[in-house]
Order: sequence, then C-alpha cells, then structure tokens
Amino acid sequence: MQKSLHLDPAKCTGCLQCEMACSYEKLGEFNPSRSLIKVFTFHEEGRFAPYTCTQCDEAWCMRTCPVDAITVDMATGAKLVADDKCVGCKVCTISCPFGTINYVQETGKVAKCDLCGGDPECAKACPTEAIVFIDSNAHGYDRMKAFAEKSLPSANAT
Amino acid sequence: MRHIIIGAGPCGVVAAETLRKANPMADITLIGDEPVPPYSRMAIPYLLIENIGEEGTYLRSTEHYEKQNINYLNHRVSSVDADEKVLTLDDGSTLLYDKLLIASGSHPISPPIEGIDLPNVHSCWTLDDARQIAAIAKQGSNVVLMGAGFIGCIILEALVKRGVNLSVIEMGSRMVPRMLDEKAGGLLEKWCIEKGVNVLTSTKITAIKESGDAMEVETDGGKILKADLVISATGVRSNIAFLEGSGIDVKAGVVVDNKLQTNIANIYAAGDVAQAKDFSTGEYEVQAIQPTATDHGRIAALNMAGQSVEHHGSVNMNVLDTLGLISHSFGLWMGVEGGDSVEIYNPDAYKYMNLRFGIDEEEDVLVGASTLGMTQHIGVVRGLIESKIHLKEWKERLMQDPTRIMEAYLSSTQELDNVI
Ligand SMILES: Cc1cc2nc3c(=O)[nH]c(=O)nc-3n(C[C@H](O)[C@H](O)[C@H](O)COP(=O)(O)OP(=O)(O)OC[C@H]3O[C@@H](n4cnc5c(N)ncnc54)[C@H](O)[C@@H]3O)c2cc1C
Ligand code: SF4
Repeated sequence: MQKSLHLDPAKCTGCLQCEMACSYEKLGEFNPSRSLIKVFTFHEEGRFAPYTCTQCDEAWCMRTCPVDAITVDMATGAKLVADDKCVGCKVCTISCPFGTINYVQETGKVAKCDLCGGDPECAKACPTEAIVFIDSNAHGYDRMKAFAEKSLPSANAT
Repeated sequence: MRHIIIGAGPCGVVAAETLRKANPMADITLIGDEPVPPYSRMAIPYLLIENIGEEGTYLRSTEHYEKQNINYLNHRVSSVDADEKVLTLDDGSTLLYDKLLIASGSHPISPPIEGIDLPNVHSCWTLDDARQIAAIAKQGSNVVLMGAGFIGCIILEALVKRGVNLSVIEMGSRMVPRMLDEKAGGLLEKWCIEKGVNVLTSTKITAIKESGDAMEVETDGGKILKADLVISATGVRSNIAFLEGSGIDVKAGVVVDNKLQTNIANIYAAGDVAQAKDFSTGEYEVQAIQPTATDHGRIAALNMAGQSVEHHGSVNMNVLDTLGLISHSFGLWMGVEGGDSVEIYNPDAYKYMNLRFGIDEEEDVLVGASTLGMTQHIGVVRGLIESKIHLKEWKERLMQDPTRIMEAYLSSTQELDNVI
C-alpha cells in the first residue's frame, strides 16, 4: 500500500520543525529557506498551513520535462528529480499548478519533495500530527489533492 | 488498431507513451525525420553552453522505445491520403493507419532580407543548427541575434556564456514584447545592457553583406555591425506543407476540435503544429510552447485510445532566464479591459510583478500574470488561472500584496477558514 503525506492545516502551530527537518535531511544544515515543505502563514486568521508536493497522478512536471530528469519512484510513487539530468530550464516550475517544484538559484536546478525515499523527515518532526504519512486510501486523504486536482480542467488522470 | 504518430518531438513521444499506457496491445509507430534520436529543442541552449552533450537533449534513453514496444521510424512523411488511410514516406514506401496523430511541430521563418541565405546566417531550431552555431560562436566572435522574442531571448544567455560579443536586434519597442510589458521588458533590456549585451530595440536589419571572412549587418538606423555569425530568431510556423491535398483543415496550423481531432475522423493534431483552444481567450491558436505540446500529446493520445477526454484549452505561459534574471508570463498577462490589476515595480532590485483579474462574475478570478525576478511557487499562478478559483476576500489581499499568491491558493483550495 502506497503512503502519502497528509497535511492538516488545522493542527499546524507554525513551529517550523518540518522545515528544519527537511532542510537538514536534504542539505545537512538547518536552512528553512531551502526546505521542500513550506509552512504558509495566514496572519488574518492566525493560521498556518504546511504544504508540499502531493505526488499527483497527472505529474505535469514530469510530462513537460524536456530531458527526462523527473521519474517515478516505483516504491513510493514520489516524482524524483535527477540532478545529473536536470538542465534547470524551469519549464516544470510553471507547469506544476500547485507551485511545488521550485528553481534553486544556488544549484541551477529544481527541487521538490521526494518523500525521503519513503520515510519523510517532516512527518517525523511534526509534534502535532499536522503532517502524517499514511495509507493513500485512508479516510480523508488529502483534501488538497482531491479538491485541487479536480478543479483543474487539464487534469484527466485515467 | 494501427496508431501512427507523425513527428517525434516532445509531443509525439508523450503521445506514444500515453497510448502505450492506455492500451498495452496497441500497434504504435512513431515517425521522426531528424537524423538523431527523438530530442528536445528546449535543451539546445544547455548544449550550447556545454552543460550537456547531445545525448543530454534526448527525450528518452535510446532503448526506451523498444522497451515500450513503440516502433520508431526515422523517415519523413511526404503525404497523407485520408480517404485510403495511408501515408507515403520519403522513400516511396507506404503505411496504413487506423488512427493518426499529426505532431510535426513547427519550423523557423526568416524575413526576406538581402543576405539571409548567406552560409553563416542560421536559425537556432534543430540539433544540426546548434552544431553549426557552436562551430562559429567562440570566445570573442561577433554574433548578431536577429529577434528578441521568446526563442531569441532563450538562446541569448547561451551565446553570452560562450563568450561572444553579442548584439541583439529587435524590431519591437522592447524585448520579448509578447511576454512582457513595457516596464518588465524595459528592465530586462537594462539588465542585458549592464551585462555587456548590445541591445537595439525598435530596429530592423535591412541587409546582411559579406565582408572579407565575416559579414556586415546593416540596420534601418544606419548602423553597421560586424558579424561572424547571424542568428535568425524571428518566428515559427507550423509544419503543415506535407498535408496539402489531404483534405485536412489547416489555417495557421492544423485546426482541431475540443478532442484535438481534425475535421477528418481518426486524424488528430497536437503540439506546435496544432491550432487548438487557448484557455484564456477561447480562440484557436498555435501556441508553440513545450507545456502545451506535452499536454496536447497526452490528451490526443487518450482520445485516440478510445477515451473521451476534452481539451479545455491550454494556458499560454513562458519562463525565461536571461543571465540570471528570471521572468514569467501566464495567460492574459496584459489584462482584460475593465479588469482590476495590481503591480509591484521595483526597478532598482529588478523586481516586477503584475496580477490581472477578470471582469463581471470573474472579477475575483486571476486571469493572467507576469513577473520578473521571482521564482518560488510560481506554478500556482497556472493553478489559479486554470481552476478559475473565486478568490473572494483574497482578491483584496492580493491587491495589497500580490506576492501572497500561494496563500491565496491554499486558502481557497483547502478551505482553511472552514476547518478552524
Ligand atoms: C532553442 C529553443 C528553445 C526553446 N525553449 C523553450 C522553452 O524554454 N519553453 C517552451 O515552452 N518552449 C521552448 N521551445 C519550444 C519547444 O521546443 C516547442 O514548443 C516543442 O518542441 C514543440 O514540440 P512538438 O513535439 O510539437 O514539435 P517539435 O519539437 O518541433 O517536433 C516535431 C518533430 O516532427 C518532425 N517532423 C516534421 N514534419 C515531419 C514529417 N513530415 N515527417 C516526419 N517527421 C516530421 C520535426 O522534424 C520534429 O523533429 C524552444 C525551442 C527552441 C528551438
Ligand atoms: S528544470 Fe530540470 S526537471 Fe524541470 S523541466 Fe527543466 S530539466 Fe526537467
């Protein structure tokens, strides 16, 4: 059974442990600005929302990549960017309607969530279960994914 | 069922793969006429700066097609007989099809000026062009780039990185006039000039003349520029000539319906060759961009496989990296009459952002955007435009601070307010 990151803004306190854990896992240093999961702040409502790639079925990023730099990890379903192939053209960053694949000026390539190979650090770091890694078919799975993907007319996953 | 795809660019390759996935038993033939494995034109700039070799431009590994049981033929289709459902190839042989996809892409066009046929005047469109450009565009050589449209600007950076003395000549009043407005285009021009590029806007090349080993490029402003190489990037046209007499309806490109089918049943068209619906205007246009080519390829293939998938129109969008200054445009980036818009303009920091909203019942719907000097979460602009999300109170918030597009999107899709 494949698992997915389930993000629940209602439980997020904005502590940014996930951003710390992600950047530490990926870069070996605490650098939240390079985290692949981001916590957005809604100061009007006093709310926070963690957000990252849903590993969507449409995979617009993967389809549009000119050089086959994005592939599916068969074990986890994650869409992975191969740094040695990515030329940094950024066409994936405009194609992804969720804005979750980003260009990194320091590397000249793009970066996105890869589910840490099936054991995501953000979920382990989150103290409030605002981020959990659970069965994809579990109840309530991914409002974000269900709603967002269906609202896009170009989504026609079969 | 014999499925044939004409054209092995990104559109044709995605279509072949989608067909294979939808129908493991289908008979799929992919025909491409370039003497190299299927590759991406988009990767050419990275080949020119020697970030990758030629194999790095290939769309897939060379074994991929065999593994997917896709029959790849290196031939040119010379004609289509839609009554008999038969194609004729360049060697005179014929192929029968049941379903046909035309994904033959586009080709560059050049203005009819004196000297345009000289040997060192090239387009930058194919791998072969890239090889010829690489052979001349060396450290210190004089290069004139004709056209600062999207493709011109895409290769500009590669040329500068090769160390050439670069002049860019654009007829329009600013760089990338079909992607950026006066302010953003003006900033881009200033940026290029600061990086040592000689940019001449509102200027036309009137003649290219041989002069010793090199050339002289004359402009309508009376300037004469020395050039070892002239690169013409003045526009593209769909590859439709081989369809003449086939009965397939062509205008600027092959005209298709909302299933990407042509006027003839079982013949589809997709990618740079297709004149298909633009999401924002509802008009049928040739977009000639990679994301549209691959989205088309997928939708056309699903319809060929017998599914019924509607093409709702593609959002026209571009991203450009010009010597480190990144720009984007999406949808109706110039706005709609009577629609609200909000702008950030900080010329000293080379930052620009413009969000455009619709009118009437779409007055709180994002319909277009352009940016300069931004990169994070930019794709969500496509998401907001394409899902036509009513931003409600977030419209006002964006009018105050347009950089909060991601928050606006999350708030509208995750119904944050309701979960409290
Ligand atoms: C230098 C460069 C940079 C670019 N950068 C970007 C970018 O950053 N972003 C972006 O969105 N777009 C970019 N583009 C445009 C993008 O490459 C095209 O939109 C894309 O290639 C379209 O794909 P396609 O498969 O429809 O057509 P093509 O890639 O043109 O492929 C069509 C293929 O069909 C072949 N063919 C034509 N006629 C026949 C025939 N009769 N028989 C057999 N084969 C035939 C052609 O030779 C070609 O190989 C760039 C283009 C260039 C040249
Ligand atoms: S930026 Fe890299 S991963 Fe994204 S489309 Fe370009 S080459 Fe592929």
